Amino acid sequence: MAFLRRAGFALGLPIVLFTLWWVTSASSTDFYFPPLSRIVDSLVEEWFGPRLADDVLPSLIRLTAGYLIAALVGITLGVLIGTYKRLRDLLEPVLEFFRAIPPPVVVPILMLIFGIENTMKIVVITFGCMWPILLNTAEGVRAVDSVLSDTAKTYRISGAARLRNLILPAASPQIFAGLRQGLSVAIILMVISELFAASDGLGFAIVQAQRSFAIPEMWAGMLMLGLLGFLLSLLFRLVENRWLAWYHGLRRAQRAG
Amino acid sequence: MSNSPPVTVYEPAADNADAGVAPQSTRPRRSLGASPVVLGAIGLLALVALFEILPRIGVLNRRFFPTSTEIGSALIDQVQQSEFWVALLDTLQGWALGLAIAAVAGVVLGIIIGSSQLLRDITASTIEFVRPIPSVALIPLAVLLFGTSIESKLLLVVYAAFFQMLIQVLYGVQDVDPVAQDTARAYRFSFVARVRYVTWPTALPYVMTGLRLSAAVALILAVTAELVIGNPGIGNRLAVAQSSGAIAATYALVVVAGLLGVIVNLVFRFIERRALSWHPSQRGEVAV
Amino acid sequence: MLEVNGIKKVYEGKSRTVEAVRNLTFTLQKGEFACLVGPSGSGKTTLLKIMSGLLDPTAGEVLLDGKRVDGPPPGMAIVFQEYGRSLFPWMSVRENVELPLKQKKVPAARRKELVDESVAAVGLADVHSAYPWQLSGGMQQRVAIARAIAYEPQVLLMDEPFAAVDAQTRADLEDLVRDLWHRFQVTTLFVTHDIDESVYLGQRVIVLSSSPTVIRDDVAIDLPEERDQLHTRSSPRFAELRARVFEQIHRPVEGQAHGVATHAPDVIAPSGATAVSATSDGGH
Repeated sequence: MAFLRRAGFALGLPIVLFTLWWVTSASSTDFYFPPLSRIVDSLVEEWFGPRLADDVLPSLIRLTAGYLIAALVGITLGVLIGTYKRLRDLLEPVLEFFRAIPPPVVVPILMLIFGIENTMKIVVITFGCMWPILLNTAEGVRAVDSVLSDTAKTYRISGAARLRNLILPAASPQIFAGLRQGLSVAIILMVISELFAASDGLGFAIVQAQRSFAIPEMWAGMLMLGLLGFLLSLLFRLVENRWLAWYHGLRRAQRAG
Repeated sequence: MSNSPPVTVYEPAADNADAGVAPQSTRPRRSLGASPVVLGAIGLLALVALFEILPRIGVLNRRFFPTSTEIGSALIDQVQQSEFWVALLDTLQGWALGLAIAAVAGVVLGIIIGSSQLLRDITASTIEFVRPIPSVALIPLAVLLFGTSIESKLLLVVYAAFFQMLIQVLYGVQDVDPVAQDTARAYRFSFVARVRYVTWPTALPYVMTGLRLSAAVALILAVTAELVIGNPGIGNRLAVAQSSGAIAATYALVVVAGLLGVIVNLVFRFIERRALSWHPSQRGEVAV
Repeated sequence: MLEVNGIKKVYEGKSRTVEAVRNLTFTLQKGEFACLVGPSGSGKTTLLKIMSGLLDPTAGEVLLDGKRVDGPPPGMAIVFQEYGRSLFPWMSVRENVELPLKQKKVPAARRKELVDESVAAVGLADVHSAYPWQLSGGMQQRVAIARAIAYEPQVLLMDEPFAAVDAQTRADLEDLVRDLWHRFQVTTLFVTHDIDESVYLGQRVIVLSSSPTVIRDDVAIDLPEERDQLHTRSSPRFAELRARVFEQIHRPVEGQAHGVATHAPDVIAPSGATAVSATSDGGH
């Protein structure tokens, strides 16, 4: 019963909205707002057809590459900056500045330097989503509990073991917060980097559709992008729940206590 | 486990972001040598110096990396042109308007949805589905419907900033003390009075956090819209500078965009801190 | 075994300097169980941090087996008051106990033995796979104690370990600590601000003054070895010892009574203290 209730709540409104869209658009003659049935047709035929390999896959590969590099660089630098106070003081204003630059504005510059191929797109994604990861990691490392840190010291846990057993796990809730912010930035930049100059990719295909007034296809592309954003955040949530199971449990215990 | 929190979809997201594991960290502070302010200034100067030296000695290709002085003089050149200020105002206008709309909508809807368990349950899955949809997905639609007029910029800005706001407000409303809520009900406060005297004061710090996050996202989307769609503004000016080969000017405008972002962050962080100073609760915030 | 020689610690602040600890000297014999008691804010934690090498003293030195402590020495374990913050929340009870052993390069088989033994010794054998935060406060502190014991330290330092648990749990833990000390014969220094606890637990109570901290007294506890919460605490001798410690703690500081920051009197009988400690010696 409780399960049915939950399922009802989870699916209720989406079903209502979808039906509403379907019915009100069914006889639509407005060029810009085609019937949902046609959009879904296009989604199934085009986006889950040839475009899946031609456009979606390249986008995803670039996203993954850029994101992973950003995670690696961001966490590494974040640990360093979080560990050494002097370094942090030295770099803080610089980092604040870089973080504040709206990431898409560096696309024109990176285009000049790296051309318009995959390298540029990956660098754009990396550059944009590195800052939240880096800054959150640094903050997490800085805030490692002093008692925990003393405990590790008295048991002579140092070097790599300290990093693995103390620093990284202790900072992991914030590292994940940074990674989550980074992921949404990465998706945005994946699309943006394909808008300027590209021969394939989700962003490219959607704009192509818009420019050639293939409206149902454009709508389908937007839905595809939405679906992708949703699925990636779902995947992220799954990974996070696994990794941070201890943290969520700890927080629940603290709140109950 | 008696009062384990309701399993809503907002909860985990708001739960762990930026809320440190150990807020009571008390590491000893050493005051040896240079102060953080001095070090920070040195850091900034070093960045400027690197951008002067590295292109000059050829480590960075000068075609793509103008020196600091070149960027600086391009910047001075920019601020002497009235078009630059018009563009800056355009950007700020789109940003402020979009932020205002998103903030009001986010607060109103957040309070209405947050005040009712039923509404929360019904909307949770939809919000959770719609939120991760990247705002840039709306670009083609915005272009088709509004071209380069301000509405297309607003569409992107409002969409992105709205969810930041909504999530924070929902979280803030859930933080309201149930005893206070019951007290208000027992004294037969009207819904409006309950919001005014119970919900709003509790949620205010969250609203401020939401405002800070929304402001940052709104600026990103405003500039992005100008860059990609071509609405008048700093972003568009930057695209024009780049395509006409004015590299130093392009860099100068990136610096302007960055400074704009820094100012927005500082101002809203200040406002948030003011609002937080009397509020003891420790809170998380939600990702972009 | 463990010598504290003329330890002094001054915190340099921006506007004022605070002398937390002033010229402390005492020695712990091997296998001894000593309690360090003093009012809150009497620099006990500072002293403990210096002894464990987490903090450098302004003057003086700590010698462990004749070797100067400058950084956490091997063979020393600490149990902190903040059990909730000294256990690794991302590790199970077992992993928490095992981690320092891995770091010490203890072979896996011996590691398992040590972990099993110490977890069982503190009565947590059936929750070894739980996370610490799933346990009550008292049980969490048991985990921290198990971890310290498994480490097979020469010296065990405990910093007000039971200050944050309820009274009944506290009594249980006190008996547990005495029991473990009998079993493993670890040199133990137990810091507390609770006079009763200090008298009940150890063979010797070192009484500290409030800040700047000096040693007020060093009392040998000649209660019978077999102690229990009910009879020991109600014995006349316990009351006498308790009264003596109480008086020393509450004795006003000469020279500071009229608010002048002249020098406090010399440290009271620090050298005599070592003689007292001979009572427990014999483990050599």
